[in-house]
Amino acid sequence: MDELRRYGRVFLTFARNSLVRDMTFRMNFVLQCVSSLGWTAMNVGFYLIIFEHTGSIGEGTGWDRDRFFLFIATTWFINSLVQTFFMPNAQEFSEMIRTGGLDFALLKPIDTQFLISFYKVDWSQLSNFFAGGLIAIVSLWNLAHREVDPMVPSALSVVLYLVFLVCGVLIMYSVMIMLSATSVWLGRNQSLYNFWFYITNFSRYPMEIYDRGYLGKPLFGLFTFVVPILLVVNVPARILAAPLVARQGGANLYVVWAAVTTVIGLFASRWLFRKSLLSYRSASS
Amino acid sequence: MSAASVSPQQYPPLPTPTFGHRFAVWWMILKTSLGERLVYRGDFALGTLMRFLPIITQIFLWYAVFDSIGAAEGDNPTEIGGFRFRDMVAYYLLTMIARAFSSMPGLASGIAQQIREGEVKRFLIQPIDLIGFLLLTRVAHKLAYYAIAVAPFAFVFFLARDYFVDGWPSLPVFIAFCGSLVMGFLIGFFLEATIGMIGFWFLEVSSLLFVIMLFSFFLSGHMFPLTMLPESVLSVVNFLPFKYLAYFPAAIFLGKIPEEELATEMWIEAAWLTFFIVLCRFAYVRGLKRYSGFGG
Repeated sequence: MDELRRYGRVFLTFARNSLVRDMTFRMNFVLQCVSSLGWTAMNVGFYLIIFEHTGSIGEGTGWDRDRFFLFIATTWFINSLVQTFFMPNAQEFSEMIRTGGLDFALLKPIDTQFLISFYKVDWSQLSNFFAGGLIAIVSLWNLAHREVDPMVPSALSVVLYLVFLVCGVLIMYSVMIMLSATSVWLGRNQSLYNFWFYITNFSRYPMEIYDRGYLGKPLFGLFTFVVPILLVVNVPARILAAPLVARQGGANLYVVWAAVTTVIGLFASRWLFRKSLLSYRSASS
Repeated sequence: MSAASVSPQQYPPLPTPTFGHRFAVWWMILKTSLGERLVYRGDFALGTLMRFLPIITQIFLWYAVFDSIGAAEGDNPTEIGGFRFRDMVAYYLLTMIARAFSSMPGLASGIAQQIREGEVKRFLIQPIDLIGFLLLTRVAHKLAYYAIAVAPFAFVFFLARDYFVDGWPSLPVFIAFCGSLVMGFLIGFFLEATIGMIGFWFLEVSSLLFVIMLFSFFLSGHMFPLTMLPESVLSVVNFLPFKYLAYFPAAIFLGKIPEEELATEMWIEAAWLTFFIVLCRFAYVRGLKRYSGFGG
């Protein structure tokens, strides 16, 4: 317990240091927030245009406009948390391996994975968390006040939503740690960020849309059961928005699988990370 | 004779540059940049291939959208903004080509940085024109890019050939498509270069740049075919030059622009291009008047 409190204190120090660093260049910080928000606004615009033409995403899935925007909000919550806390560190990690800076991290009397996972906090990315909050509030309001099929989520679904939101972040974290651990073997992993973007791109839409055809079925299987990024947003969003597909039989299996996969992911990433450290050979200086 | 008394007359006059000299300079710039660019070709080809991955998501998204309106495939497919499902996928693939011509990563910010750090004075001393130099380097970069990217592009287009329902367009349309790509490249270049010139007036242009890039991304048709926009917005967007960066070439190829209007549209694009060339020159000349360089 004492140990845990110590790690908590260290994390708070990291967070505070990052905030101090961000606040040194305040204008830059504001601009970063504005640019992330601009990107969000553009995406919202894009989906609003799509819903000008269609009533829902996918025939009979029940992802209508208000529900789909809850889905978007969930995506934004998870991505902003990952980008605030983990993304800057994962990028730093591959750089540390290349330059040999990891030596210093290994020497510190603290768990190495903890250190390299939490060292930096990119506070400006949190602006998208609030953007997601705004989207969620508006779509929940619309969902509750519309004439056709209004819905108010139950207290239980909100609680479950929060739990699986955290699970989603943890799954993303595991995938990210595993990806960046590979840079020990590859030497340099510059395209890590690109690769990350392309992978998470799949998680941004309701999973049902992939479940068709000779290309879609394998993708659906791969990204649900092997690299479970489709569950990240889909499971919490389905719990809160309860579209038609989530009320069908067997839909709850994904919820259970998401919980299981979170645990497996955390252990697997921990294992791979330690494995990669054993292969680390430092860099000559 | 002391150095102070040397008058300019004692130096032999510089020869007037002939076209041959100019060409030699251009050729050298082109060759150097080409060599510089071809160093990392493997990484490059792989990166290009990966860039097509998001299109897979788009295929599934749009299938789901078309499917919920009516029929995505079959004899009587649904249209959104004049695009059927297969057109939509073809459209995204074609905008990749258009963007390969018109996108200018780092151009505006590079110019602004050169102004800020005083590198521009190099071009004031040497008999090389800044805009011409940048244009040639950019051409070289693009040529190197196409030389390597043509394989992944051909591969993906071959895989996706079924999405081009109407097959190859007629020869005049295809020529117009090529013309719009070249003009798209030039408009992209001079538009960004002009924005970079703002650096003469404001030291920090990155935020302004970002806003413009955001608008350009949205209004160029990179995210969706512009005809999907509501009528009132579309009529405004049609008057902006952004559509030439992505939407216009793709729409030509897919025959979404009626052939009788094609010539007029191409002239309008040429007019925009001329406008940006003049604006860029003008901004450069005015900017140099404001510019002051210090130190070495």
